Amino acid sequence: MILAGIQPAAEMVHWWFATGFLVLGLLLAAEAVVGPEVWGLRPWRRYLWPGFAFAMGVLMFPVMTFFTSSTIHMVAHGSWAEVLLLAGGAELGVARGKLRSPRWRACSALALAVSGAAFLVHEQNHWLFSRAAFLHHLLGWSLLLAAAFPLVQAVRPRSLTAALGFASTLLFVAVLLYCDRDTAAIFGHLDFYAGVPHR
Amino acid sequence: MSADIAHTIRRTRETHAAAARSLSLRARIVLSLGPTTALAGVGWALVQPWRLTLLHPAGQGFWWLFAEPPLYAVLVGVLFRLLLAPGIVADLHRVEEREP
Repeated sequence: MILAGIQPAAEMVHWWFATGFLVLGLLLAAEAVVGPEVWGLRPWRRYLWPGFAFAMGVLMFPVMTFFTSSTIHMVAHGSWAEVLLLAGGAELGVARGKLRSPRWRACSALALAVSGAAFLVHEQNHWLFSRAAFLHHLLGWSLLLAAAFPLVQAVRPRSLTAALGFASTLLFVAVLLYCDRDTAAIFGHLDFYAGVPHR
Repeated sequence: MSADIAHTIRRTRETHAAAARSLSLRARIVLSLGPTTALAGVGWALVQPWRLTLLHPAGQGFWWLFAEPPLYAVLVGVLFRLLLAPGIVADLHRVEEREP
């Protein structure tokens, strides 16, 4: 109860993670544009996005602990934390040279697919119930489809389309998370049971 | 202003202009990523000024004053342009010069 008084609103946490995905998207977009050889000329740059993804996975655990109101909600956040750690960890291994196969990019594909499924499974309401429900559905289906991009990269690491698609996906996720509000209408629809919009 | 300084400034401007002309499309895209992001944040702030609680801070708690999403987007864009983009473009330029 004391904690509830000092902790930020859930929508703010979504905006912070949106900023994280914005950073990830920009890093991946820049890497896609200049190519992995140029990107890797400064060794620290190779660790940037995998390290950032890994850190976001670590930070997702406190979100899972303090900002979830039901078991399925908690399991969804826990799965996001785990797949962020998996994708970030695998890419860190590739950046360090411990892992050599480009197939490790499939971990990012798995991360997107699991994240998308978690969004869809834990959203109990229909698309136009509220803005949050709409975003959950849109994020879920987008991530499931976008999992194809890193999957293609695992097979064809030099595919510019797949690299830009992966980067664009993360930028899209950032925009959708920035759109999130705790209780708000979507296209003029807000279900009676969704609650009262507070801002 | 002495003639020497004026000539130096003109030379510097000419060097920068020549460098800008020689930038490849890839370099220009990398250099534009940050400003585009920052501009998107500014546009968002103009369209939804109530998202910036700093503009009307009375009665706001700490978290509402700390959570300024349009400013986050601007900050990310500016930091990317200042801290990352110059190094990426310099490396790209170096590699492109080596290529036949």
